[in-house]
Amino acid sequence: MSAPDKTDQTDMTDQTDMAGETLVIQGRGVVGGVAEGEAFVTRETVSGWGGIDARSGTITEQRHEKRGESFAGKVLVFPGAKGSSGWSHYFHATRRLGTAPKAMLFTVMTTKVALGAVVTRVPAVTEFDRDPFEVIEDGDWVRVDGDKGRVEVVKRPPRR
Amino acid sequence: MRLSDAEQAMLDGQEGQAKARAMDLLLRYGEALGAERMVEVAHVAGTWSATTPFVQAGLKRPDDFDSIFSRFNLDSDAVVEVPRAVVPTCQLIHGIDTRNYAAQGFSDDQADLQRASERFFGSRGVQWNSTCTPYQVGQTPLRGDHLAWMESSAVVYANAVLGARTNVEGRESTGAASITGRIPYFGLHIPANRFATHLVRVEVPVESMMDWGLLGYALGEMVAEDIPVLEGITCKPEPEWLKHFGAAAASSGGVEMYHIPGLTPEADSVEEALGGQAPRVVHRYGAAERRRAWEALNGANTRDDVNFVMLGCPHNSAKQMWRIAELLEGKRLHDGVALWVHTPRQIRHLCDESGITEIIEAAGALVMSDSCPAINRMLPEGTEVIATDSCKQAHYLPAISGKPTWFGGLEHCIEAALTGRFRGRPE
Repeated sequence: MSAPDKTDQTDMTDQTDMAGETLVIQGRGVVGGVAEGEAFVTRETVSGWGGIDARSGTITEQRHEKRGESFAGKVLVFPGAKGSSGWSHYFHATRRLGTAPKAMLFTVMTTKVALGAVVTRVPAVTEFDRDPFEVIEDGDWVRVDGDKGRVEVVKRPPRR
Repeated sequence: MRLSDAEQAMLDGQEGQAKARAMDLLLRYGEALGAERMVEVAHVAGTWSATTPFVQAGLKRPDDFDSIFSRFNLDSDAVVEVPRAVVPTCQLIHGIDTRNYAAQGFSDDQADLQRASERFFGSRGVQWNSTCTPYQVGQTPLRGDHLAWMESSAVVYANAVLGARTNVEGRESTGAASITGRIPYFGLHIPANRFATHLVRVEVPVESMMDWGLLGYALGEMVAEDIPVLEGITCKPEPEWLKHFGAAAASSGGVEMYHIPGLTPEADSVEEALGGQAPRVVHRYGAAERRRAWEALNGANTRDDVNFVMLGCPHNSAKQMWRIAELLEGKRLHDGVALWVHTPRQIRHLCDESGITEIIEAAGALVMSDSCPAINRMLPEGTEVIATDSCKQAHYLPAISGKPTWFGGLEHCIEAALTGRFRGRPE
């Protein structure tokens, strides 16, 4: 993996002043390819089988902070997978049904999330040089290069 | 990733297209994990289910099993012929009960397709145990065996109770493992990764299946996917309680391995379970934690007029079937209430032959196999409020069906089936 490009990094102390700025996070590529989209960020792990509706890409798990929201066409930023071993099959389903996330960024490696990312065939990155949850918020524009393990984040304008 | 000569030969197509596609998937998967090599597996448990609308979508013939296998068991765009499994391989739970499919809402054609798929994959070495509990029906690995198993409740049982070694695999990786005999050497295959990092002090008695379910449900929330060692277990559990406990912990969290010194095979003491290290986190499980687990499962429920009771998640053992028969003998279900009791097809056969099915069904219940409502999303018509003795089922059914679901002990659930009211209490 190439070293992080320090020149692109910005002080993270005040996120509201960073609208439009590009931040870079470096990690390890899990699945190759390049994709970009709006960030869908959850600090809670996601269940595949029994936790998402593959027809719409919607989180359905009771008590999940993102219940009722869809990651379809977005960059899914999450800690990783939990629950049943149907995880990969259900994310595989999102690819075939056109509701897959554009890319996946996750922090906890497991067999479920690795196989899920592989069969969803979207760029995926893990093992970041900084905590992605400190950098990426819902609505930010995120470009993921799974070959280089590089993630570029354009902060969305602050909501007033 | 470093491949052996035999693995490289498979990847290069020297043993046919199917194995080449399988090794390609295992290589992509292994590199995603950061694994350095593959390991040979002694047993595979996965799914070759071929009847769901999702796997059937876009097929010219519904019995095009080669296409289904290629797409969903190998993640291959090229269609390959299904070769024979090279290691003992079994089918886990799937959607259709080939006896009671009509009650589940399936047609004769769907049941016929299910039977055809069983013959097709069966002739290629897949044993249709059709249960989430293969270890209850003869698919029982030895300590130290490397496995490629799906089904989170079976994986945690295999690792923690049997001392075999498997990660939670998926449909594609088990499909590839069955025809190559390989899986990435990662995670729980590696001895150093099998030690506990969390210590859980159990401060209340855990003496029934319901107690073990609640402990498991709380445990999953505490440790997520990490490995706990439990201290303070004073009662020797039955195998069925551990089955429920692991299933609950793998539903609320991602527990794939745990230690109970003096009971589970890989550690005789807390120190040994922790590998000589200090625990990273210490938790306590007391009356408040137990109560919280009950509330997490039941707290959102308001209506107690249960009209569907589900038992047997994970699938019931013969002992559990006999206990249910004892509780139902000579009684009738409340009007308008359905009771489905789930057990592996091999145990149902045993129950048929020994009169247990007759006792249970004389009360108006149905003995189901091969499936469960969470897997196939099929509930009895008119289901409004559900009760179950399974934390796992109670965790998933509200999300899947939108119906309120009560968790309680077996006796609470049988009472609900006989009276139409759920009266279970945490104490």
